[in-house]
Amino acid sequence: MRITDKDVSYVADLAHLDLTAEERARFGAQLDSILGYVEQLNELDTSSVAPMAQVLTAQRENETLREDKLRPCLPVDVALANAPESGAGHFKVPKVIER
Amino acid sequence: MTALLEKYEPVIGLEVHVQLLTQSKAFCGCSTRFGAPPNSQTCPVCLGLPGALPVLNRRAVELGVKASLALNCEVRGVSGFARKNYFYPDLPKGYQISQYDQPLAEHGWIDIREGGAPKRIGITRLHLEDDAGKSVHDGFGDSAKRSYVDLNRSGTPLAEIVTEPDMRGSNEAHEFLTRLKEILLYLEVSDCNMEEGSLRCDANVSVRLRGAEKLGTKAEVKNLNSFRFLKQALDYEIDRQIAVLESGGTIHQETRLWNTAEQRTIGMRSKEQAHDYRYFPEPDLAPLVVGDAWREEIRATIPELPEARRARFIASYGMTEYNAGVLTSSKAIAHYFEEAAKSSGDARAAANWVMGDVLGQLNTAGKTIEASPVSAPALGELLKLQSSGAISGKIAKHVFLKMFETGRGAREIVDSESLAQISDTAALEKIVAEVIAASPKQVEQYKGGKTTVIGFLVGQVMKATRGQANPAAVNELLRKALE
Amino acid sequence: MSSLPKTIDAVRAALAAKQMSARELAQAALINAEATDTNICAFLTFSPERALAAADRVDASLARGEKLGALAGVPVAIKDVIVTKGLRTTCGSKILEHYVPPYDATAVEKLEAAGAVIIGKTNCDEFAMGSSTENSGFFPTRNPRDLSRVPGGSSGGSAAAVAAGMCVAALGTDTGGSIRQPASFCGTVGMMGTYGRVSRYGLAAFASSLDHIGPFTNNVKDCATVMGVISGRDPMDSTSAAVDVPDYVTLLGKNLHGIKIGVPREYFAEGLDAEVGAAVERGIDTLRKLGAEIREIHLAHTRYAVATYYLIATAEASSNLARYDGVRYTSRGPQAGTLAEMYRSTRGAGFGQEVKRRIMLGTYALSAGYYDAYYLKAQKVRTLIARDFEEAFRHVDLIVTPVSPFPAFKLGEKAADPLEMYLSDIYTITASLAGIPGLSVPCGETQARLSIGMQMLAKHFDEGRLLAAAHAFETASTAERRQ
Repeated sequence: MRITDKDVSYVADLAHLDLTAEERARFGAQLDSILGYVEQLNELDTSSVAPMAQVLTAQRENETLREDKLRPCLPVDVALANAPESGAGHFKVPKVIER
Repeated sequence: MTALLEKYEPVIGLEVHVQLLTQSKAFCGCSTRFGAPPNSQTCPVCLGLPGALPVLNRRAVELGVKASLALNCEVRGVSGFARKNYFYPDLPKGYQISQYDQPLAEHGWIDIREGGAPKRIGITRLHLEDDAGKSVHDGFGDSAKRSYVDLNRSGTPLAEIVTEPDMRGSNEAHEFLTRLKEILLYLEVSDCNMEEGSLRCDANVSVRLRGAEKLGTKAEVKNLNSFRFLKQALDYEIDRQIAVLESGGTIHQETRLWNTAEQRTIGMRSKEQAHDYRYFPEPDLAPLVVGDAWREEIRATIPELPEARRARFIASYGMTEYNAGVLTSSKAIAHYFEEAAKSSGDARAAANWVMGDVLGQLNTAGKTIEASPVSAPALGELLKLQSSGAISGKIAKHVFLKMFETGRGAREIVDSESLAQISDTAALEKIVAEVIAASPKQVEQYKGGKTTVIGFLVGQVMKATRGQANPAAVNELLRKALE
Repeated sequence: MSSLPKTIDAVRAALAAKQMSARELAQAALINAEATDTNICAFLTFSPERALAAADRVDASLARGEKLGALAGVPVAIKDVIVTKGLRTTCGSKILEHYVPPYDATAVEKLEAAGAVIIGKTNCDEFAMGSSTENSGFFPTRNPRDLSRVPGGSSGGSAAAVAAGMCVAALGTDTGGSIRQPASFCGTVGMMGTYGRVSRYGLAAFASSLDHIGPFTNNVKDCATVMGVISGRDPMDSTSAAVDVPDYVTLLGKNLHGIKIGVPREYFAEGLDAEVGAAVERGIDTLRKLGAEIREIHLAHTRYAVATYYLIATAEASSNLARYDGVRYTSRGPQAGTLAEMYRSTRGAGFGQEVKRRIMLGTYALSAGYYDAYYLKAQKVRTLIARDFEEAFRHVDLIVTPVSPFPAFKLGEKAADPLEMYLSDIYTITASLAGIPGLSVPCGETQARLSIGMQMLAKHFDEGRLLAAAHAFETASTAERRQ
């Protein structure tokens, strides 16, 4: 097994996902099988290959920048409209203890 | 502790976050204005709504490049953005857009002076990133249970400036930050307002035995939100680390917060994964290209920087290093001085007046030089009146105060209060005769060889003329009359 | 409701002949769609008010004798990962069950500006993650040809809605085949342009460097029309391309003389269903008869594409889905006592199995110690796959392959093994990784009357030639089938 229970817990913590015991076991096994499949990439020598992070089509310098101009903002009530909890013009969350 | 400070050497590097002076945010068109009602300056992009995409603000790039060049950095022709992933309620996207392995600029330095010889502090890198929002933990009825999130600041453009671990004490760190702030203010890249969070500083601190090559384990000290806290926190942390080592303990690599109330740094308990930020290239932004032409265009906008200006003041006005330092401590003061010097034609007088009465009165009134009721040309006019002998030095001080209070011009005040100096010999001769007649005792003393008594007689004439007599002329006339 | 027009031309003709008003057409389309949908389950939300308002604008425009937009009065549907202002947008996920966006995607704005009438939002795999629409957080959609089978995915709702005559065109999204594969399964035309051809602004991101918006239509001409409307540089999307958009419709109607078409041997290897293989081979024969020169080509790194794709797509997804955190718009999970619980419960309860699995995989691939081995490695292989296409397009103008190894499968048939499901994306994923345009055009049926699609690919920004060839093929194969 490439993926241990500890790995599953570590990754679930990083991703802030509550997983049931059954999900942990299943995802652990499935990730293990997927990562096993992915191993085949190591057949390729990529030591002199540049990584491709995105599809770059011809762009002139600055073409993707915007001018420093103001655009209308959303009204506060619209910004907060979908919030599960809000008050006094703010989004509200359970008390932040750390920091 | 002094003995221990001879044994140990502190090593300090700084990470400084500077809010760039743009109108709109780094990746959207919302205003960056401070102090607006909560969540009134947001849009789909800075709220992190599904489907929204970042578009980089050209001005933020220009300001970043400007600062980089002024800090003697090499600006990359192509830099890139990455995502720094972590969860926090005021981080709407769940990641910060920052520059990671391809920063905007690298390999810079600035020179500081601390206790004599100049010292060069290396700047590792300057990179661009967006700011998080603000979490409010206190002040609401349910603050014991709830934190409040305001996303007005979310997406504000920042430059992060990281130094080499080149500083060897809190004084050097303080001096570095002072110089850095001065440069950034001169550049008008940031307002560097620490209370509003537009200049923030974290420090990496370690200590090692003097002469040791290897760096000690460092602690990252955060929350240094004023120059005073920076110094206090660094001194505390250096002492703490030395004490730990002296008692046989080891330093842990950790983040510590400066607690102003308790006057100490406190370690943050953090989980291992809190630092696994999973950086990867930001696919929503194209690589940032700053070609030679654009870079040089930006370089041309850099004004004379404080260090160069100080040198020029010393050379061309013959001032002391101290005076040059005071007069270049802000771009506005330096500008004010040079304008007053030019319009008065007397740089020495202008320097003395600016450093003395002008800055003194502004300080008392709690005003900045930009808001001075006495403009530089107005001060120049006053100085000209004094140097031409039209008014005395004493009257000039009086007139300046009136100018400061009312905003009126020097000439206007002198005329309306009839303060012009009396240099008319005939008029003065009459008063001199009266004073001599009324002071037989002093006249006798003078004639008996106690010539210093003439000061008293001059004073009497000045009194009789309500200070308007030209003291030099009075002196001359008295001597003549007494001989 | 046989009188409902099925194509854009038919809508235009009906409006021009005043057979019906745009409002009448919209009303009829809504009634038909709602009735048909009881069996198909293609829609998550209908939008009668928005549809009628858009139709009324068209009627008013008609009454004033104005020139109509390219899509005037055309009933369209929008995949629910594309945001619509004031109209619920769920991304097929429980976590956004009640989310109402405050803005429109650029593609939606463009459709409506061209006169399109949006009748509703279509079902899809949750956050576009899946190949069958079974991963919808709400319900599966059924294939109009056989209700026991899936419509493909992730844009299954849009494909089914067009195939069942519920709308004339629909927008889908394609990250690894999510337009082309359901188009093939449902027997419609479905297209993804060059990466950057259509703005992603307002598309809730799954994998930002791979996501596309594109159309489903009943014929190639309509596909060309919709592509023309939604394509072009968008200042709100930094990755959208500043490349002129030709009038695709005027490029149709050409024969294929002198066109070189490549057939990659790797795409006809084991695992390809015999009936599908035979239909695509017949399609290639048709192309040859139309004058195209058929050449065998090699895309040597094809077998690495699935591994590459799933590492890159899940890594980006793990970051893109961090914003669904229960703070600003996501429904919170049942355990939200502390902040940590709020995050974990919201995401644990709100996301479905496939989404959680991909977040886990992507988070792992980016985490400390694994980045180089997985994510960076995949990016490098992506380069090799893109180079395969570059090399191939030195010799040919277009490439033809199957879309999917098999026709539409039964609901539940492939739900057990995620890896097996991923492997079925092999033919569509390579073009996604390379960023080249591709489409699926119907090329036949199985014995069981399941539709089979043929994939056609072109070089970057060569959508015009791609559409022209597909149109010639469609015309010829329709004629062949009639014989």
